[in-house]
Amino acid sequence: MIAELGHYALMLALGLSLIQSVMPIVGTRNNDAVLMSMAVPTALAQFAFVAISFLALATCYVTSDFSVLNVYENSNSAMPLLYRLTSVWGNHEGSMMLWVSILTLFGALVAVFGVNLPIKLKANALAVQAWIAAAFELFILATSNPFLRIANAPFEGRDLNPVLQDPGLAFHPPFLYLGYVGFSIVFSLAIAALLEGRIDAAWARFARPWVLGAWMCLTLGIAGGSYWAYYELGWGGFWFWDPVENASLMPWLAGTALLHSAVVMEKRGALKVWTILLAIVAFSLSLIGTFLVRSGVLTSVHAFANDPTRGIFILAILVCFIGGALALYAWRAPLLKQGGLFAPISREGALVFNNLFLTSACATVFVGTLYPLALEALTGDKISVGPPFFNLTFGPLFLPLLVAMPFGPLLGWKRGDLLAAAQRLLAAAVLAALAIAGGFALQHGGPVLAPFGVGLAIFIMAGALVDLAERTMFLRIPPAAMMRRAIGLPRSAWGAAFAHFGIGVTLMGIVAVTAWGSERIAALKPGGTIDIAHFRLTFDGTFVRPGPNYSDLVGRFTVFRAGGELLGAMEPSRRTFPARNMATTEAALMTRRLNQVYLSLGDPNPDGSVPVRLYFKPLVLMIWLGAVIMFIGGALSLSDRRLRIGAPRPAKAAALQVPAE
Amino acid sequence: MILWCIFAVMTAAAVLAVLWPLGRRRQRFGGGSDVAVYKDQLQEIDRDRAGGLIGDAEAEAARLEVSRRLLAAAEAHRPPDSSVATQRSLRLRRIAAVFALIILPFGAPALYVALGSPNIAGEPVFARVNTSQGSESVASLVGQVEAHLARNPNDATGWELIAPVYMRLGRFDDAVLARKKALALKGETATRQADLGEAEVAAANGVVTAEAKAVFERATALDPHEAKARYFLGLAAEQDGKTDAAVSIWRTLLAEAPPNAPWVGFVRVALARVSGTSAAPGPNANDVADAAKMSNDQRNDMIRGMVANLASRLHDNGADVEGWLRLVRAYAVLGERDKAKNAAADARRALADHPEQIKRIDDLVEGLGIKG
Repeated sequence: MIAELGHYALMLALGLSLIQSVMPIVGTRNNDAVLMSMAVPTALAQFAFVAISFLALATCYVTSDFSVLNVYENSNSAMPLLYRLTSVWGNHEGSMMLWVSILTLFGALVAVFGVNLPIKLKANALAVQAWIAAAFELFILATSNPFLRIANAPFEGRDLNPVLQDPGLAFHPPFLYLGYVGFSIVFSLAIAALLEGRIDAAWARFARPWVLGAWMCLTLGIAGGSYWAYYELGWGGFWFWDPVENASLMPWLAGTALLHSAVVMEKRGALKVWTILLAIVAFSLSLIGTFLVRSGVLTSVHAFANDPTRGIFILAILVCFIGGALALYAWRAPLLKQGGLFAPISREGALVFNNLFLTSACATVFVGTLYPLALEALTGDKISVGPPFFNLTFGPLFLPLLVAMPFGPLLGWKRGDLLAAAQRLLAAAVLAALAIAGGFALQHGGPVLAPFGVGLAIFIMAGALVDLAERTMFLRIPPAAMMRRAIGLPRSAWGAAFAHFGIGVTLMGIVAVTAWGSERIAALKPGGTIDIAHFRLTFDGTFVRPGPNYSDLVGRFTVFRAGGELLGAMEPSRRTFPARNMATTEAALMTRRLNQVYLSLGDPNPDGSVPVRLYFKPLVLMIWLGAVIMFIGGALSLSDRRLRIGAPRPAKAAALQVPAE
Repeated sequence: MILWCIFAVMTAAAVLAVLWPLGRRRQRFGGGSDVAVYKDQLQEIDRDRAGGLIGDAEAEAARLEVSRRLLAAAEAHRPPDSSVATQRSLRLRRIAAVFALIILPFGAPALYVALGSPNIAGEPVFARVNTSQGSESVASLVGQVEAHLARNPNDATGWELIAPVYMRLGRFDDAVLARKKALALKGETATRQADLGEAEVAAANGVVTAEAKAVFERATALDPHEAKARYFLGLAAEQDGKTDAAVSIWRTLLAEAPPNAPWVGFVRVALARVSGTSAAPGPNANDVADAAKMSNDQRNDMIRGMVANLASRLHDNGADVEGWLRLVRAYAVLGERDKAKNAAADARRALADHPEQIKRIDDLVEGLGIKG
């Protein structure tokens, strides 16, 4: 019965989204506040019904109701509670439900928290959001219905894909989707503004919290996915330029560009046309990402041809929304008035520089991801565009961006002084030079460029600190006054410094791992030892450890420092899942400060030896730590009081405001 | 009935959400405006100026810019009408109400009647545990029987007992093994042969393999009236593309069926699927047709996935002759003759040390008619 309630709730949500997508727009056209105000309760009700639907599906999963086909195919009653829950989004139908749930959640958030939005903008934006929701609800009901039933319920389900039975997968997709779908609100706001034909500097302020929120979640989602691939897939790498990864990187690049161009639009009224375009592009790339991952195009063009209904449906959604949005843009954009002028050397100039390089980088990823697909579809030739392509194109585009990054925040608006900025960055440059020299002194046999990479990372981190020091007049005024300045500093300034610092941290991790990481592959018999970096591992033997719905063939290793000090044990394993007749690699990780030793097992050889892959990954944790710092930066920026400006306050509260505020 | 009552309540809530704003007479329309943003920006310029983030001249220019925007925004700000409802907007509101009253209480249930399955009760596993038939008790029972059989591998009744449980649990490979044991220990009957064939078909994800077909033929040789075997022989003909043969097998089967045979509806649906006519009316013909359609849609996917898995496994470890046999057969069933031939060639290479196994591959290739 619960499944049927969820099914029906989804249908009601579809009905509500149809009403929500028409009435508010009719209201704005006729300047009728009552019709416009319909957007809010319908958005809330639509979210409530989608939430009921999602919870119903989750209940079926948690209680292992195998009379639901989707549950039978993707779950198993022996799985631990966490995986029974996460298998809701470990499959196509369920993940589309999550997608729509988040989509309507954002609609409801705008309805509740968008109090500072002008009423027409809000009504139109909620209507556009409802178009998207309606399209995807229809998609689910027509081609990917998770509520189909089986008359005679089987006793046991077919289990979740073992690769996905991992805590990393519990949190990575929801965050990724929050990011992907978060850009839908920005898209809706952009379309709403184009519909109304009024786009001005204030729009950027209104859109900013939503851009920030989406960007933060996407950052964490990408980092989580990268960490999951790192330890679960057993390859030991953190980024593979895999099309699925690229699909999430593209909206991130566009979103980062949008985040920066929106600042210019807000402060100076310039770059309006460009910012609106980026808002459309960021969500379009999210949609393309969904299409790539969900249609089966990625596994092969043939897989797509085998089940074309879904793919063609998503393709149709894609064409309607992206094509429609760009057409509307082409029609309305020329009507926009351009904003103020500025000199090339200025904060605005630096942000334009940032946008040029970020969007070019995004374009290279786009080409590298889609070109092989297009080629295979047209000619049938299979080519693979791998890391070499991206290292040759993406790297050189990102390098100038990273070098210029510390300069941007130090330049003034309208007309900056590059020389003064360079002088202020002198301390950072000195630190970087020391790091490069130190790198060369300590390095034996690593790549020549590695110390420069470390120098750049130090430069970026120090640059972010210099920015903060400059603003708080560090060491130039008494500490008490400095503290006051630090507290008085806009949170967005803190946020920017944090985010830039995070980039430096991530870069440091990437450089260290790629330049100084080491790898050993060997077949070990019990009692054998293997050395890596300054560690020595002894193989004690294998044993079998049963799990709830799998059994582990565990290899036990004891880890010593080269001097002989005992550091602990590592237990990598091969995990076999009988329900799917599949095996996964469970790597063992030993964390020493920010470094990790990474150990994974192969299938045992007939002679009793076990193949092992052993990696030493120096500073590898910094890669993901940087992403967390970026997230915190985003959160700081999101808490900036300016983002709440424009919300009408009750008269009483306004009277109590301190004048100095 | 309870279900439909809850549906009614949900629908009413949805309608209410739409009608509520329409019903309010006087209301305050909140909503921010651009003006507040620009006022704040003016203050911000002062703060930036004090912090040395912008030069004096630039600050003055920026202040001018923002002031211009502020003026424009204040002029454009026209609060929407709420008190004076024009004739036109009243009509629009009425249309909105009618729209909501049609789409929600009629559209959603219509869609549900088309797609929903209100008659299937939920069967969460914990509820089954409460009725002492839970999967946990099934699992422990199965474990006990398995332990018993490990000790007494010649207990034919044990094998016969556990085989249908394996089938229900989806452990088809185990079911095939159990059926074979029972057959060997208890002797051949048409029913046992047919059951074995059924398990083999299930293990091959619904494909009637050559092996299974031989088993069914053996069963009908023992007893020409064995209905299950005949049904599957019809299915085999259908999968071979011999639709006419399938139709004639199933027609005869239906014609000779005892009046109350439980499988009649099943055969009718299969017949309808092949001959393109609608299924005979029955209480749950719809459900069965749905199920058949579902498994049809997914069968191809499933087989292809299975075949890909198998191929990659054999690529890593080629010493598995059963695996090679299955792979070649699967390609043949999918109609991919070249791949079947290539797989056979790979198998011969991988099994070069075992002439007797190569012979089995060659036999299969011959049997499938993909030689040359």
